[in-house]
Amino acid sequence: MAENIKVAENTVPMLEVKSLSIQFGGLHAVDGLNMKIRKGQLYGLIGPNGAGKTTVFNMLTGVYKPTSGVIMLDGENITGKPAIVINRAGIARTFQNIRLFKNMSVLDNVKAGLHNHTKYTAIEGVLRLPRYFKEEKRTTEKAMELLKVFELDGEAEHLAANLPYGKQRKLEIARALATDPKLLLLDEPAAGMNPNETAELMQTIHFVRDSFDMTILLIEHDMKLVSGICEELTVLNFGQELAQGETSAVLNDPKVITAYLGE
Amino acid sequence: MMSFVSYLVNGISLGSIYALIALGYTMVYGIAKMLNFAHGDIIMVGGFTVFTAMSTAWCPVWLSVVIGIVVCTVLGVVIEKVAYKPLRSAPPLAVLITAIGVSYLLQNLALLIFGSAAQNFTSIVAGMPPFLTVLDGQAPLFFATAPSGSKAILTISMETFLSIVVSLVIMIALTLFINKTKAGKAMLAVAEDKGAAQLMGINVNGTISLTFAIGSALAAAASVLMCSSYPQISPYTGSMPGIKAFVAAVFGGIGSIPGAMIGGVLLGVIEQLSKAYISSQLSDAIVFLVLIIVLVVRPTGILGKKINEKV
Repeated sequence: MAENIKVAENTVPMLEVKSLSIQFGGLHAVDGLNMKIRKGQLYGLIGPNGAGKTTVFNMLTGVYKPTSGVIMLDGENITGKPAIVINRAGIARTFQNIRLFKNMSVLDNVKAGLHNHTKYTAIEGVLRLPRYFKEEKRTTEKAMELLKVFELDGEAEHLAANLPYGKQRKLEIARALATDPKLLLLDEPAAGMNPNETAELMQTIHFVRDSFDMTILLIEHDMKLVSGICEELTVLNFGQELAQGETSAVLNDPKVITAYLGE
Repeated sequence: MMSFVSYLVNGISLGSIYALIALGYTMVYGIAKMLNFAHGDIIMVGGFTVFTAMSTAWCPVWLSVVIGIVVCTVLGVVIEKVAYKPLRSAPPLAVLITAIGVSYLLQNLALLIFGSAAQNFTSIVAGMPPFLTVLDGQAPLFFATAPSGSKAILTISMETFLSIVVSLVIMIALTLFINKTKAGKAMLAVAEDKGAAQLMGINVNGTISLTFAIGSALAAAASVLMCSSYPQISPYTGSMPGIKAFVAAVFGGIGSIPGAMIGGVLLGVIEQLSKAYISSQLSDAIVFLVLIIVLVVRPTGILGKKINEKV
């Protein structure tokens, strides 16, 4: 019986995208994309510049409304829902150009991610009723735990803007994880990193997947990172799927090599 | 010497009222990146609401004040929803013009209902003895009326005292609210990056509404204090303090909450002292001259952040 349930769980993909398209005026930015990501998978979305990768992320998180197609998160249809609803349903993301709350402390950045898990009303906050103190203590502890995981607990009171680049990337991941997602989207996490930082990032991503039981979809240009950690890939080119499948097979596909390097 | 103390205290009192109004400007600017020029007229609406409530026989003073605050809070949220929210992605100029439109709408509605003549506002602490009276060569009297025939060299009225205390309490409460509660931090997050805040699960529309609600409630509190200290009310009551509070917000650095507090108090003190020692007719001109000088020397205001444009 228990095994049956497990099988049933495995058959529902964490994310299923069916013929997803978006048009800006006459431009088909993404055209008929299909993607299926299993629970616990590390999945890569790659493609040359301007292929529409970030546009896909923006549709998945509710920033853009798709023109057509369906997005299913863990069996729930979230197509075209507003960003806040999708976040509550369980998708969190980081950004290509880091978008931390730079003038807030490292701790407060993570606590902003815990916003919906902090359970007291504004009135209770103004009057400082017992629940305010209880909940603030609980969320602060939870945020500190997360920071500890990313070895940022020593800098909890620093301004986010003052962190070195690699740590800002880590903080963005910590903030996204604070919203308690089922699916984590990483938009070019290795952008601007040196090889050492990239190697450390690969460990971090693996660690997040294993210890948070997370499903991760990432956009990346760094092929070392992609081939090192992604189990499956989808390659986008001019908004359309060019190739899909197991990582090493896709990266050796002549079509993919041509798209990246030219004829 | 005593007259200087008196001018200074009155200046701080008037300045704390400006600060309360300036907080509304600066918070709304910080979060919605718009100048809410109707903010001054919310003060006028608050004043008239309290005035009307108090002139009915059954309504005690405290309840009138509560009604005034509730009416302004609701009005602020409604104005945002009806007039500003549909324009959130419009160019800033369109929103600015709309705000001016709302301002005239409120003024003219008040003209229709109450007429253009100024009416006498009864101070909410009417009949109470002054906070402090200093008689020549005697110990100062607190909360007591000086014996008749004696000559006071310094009197600080109850209204003046009340304005300072109430503003101080409100400013401390507001600072704690913004820096220590999740709704306050959500406001800071939305002010910095609406898109990122939304993707972290923060309700951006709700947070903007809350900002307008708080700003308007502060305006209502300011209206009660102001109309008690300067006991008159007309449909134009809000416009001059509104503009001066805007100056105070710019003076302190628009978008900065401590900046609005400092800017407000400084402006009140400058205005009172120039009334006393330079010319009462020129006092407004001096206030605006100070603004121009500050903007020339420090374009971002006293506490405003320096913006480094990347080329």
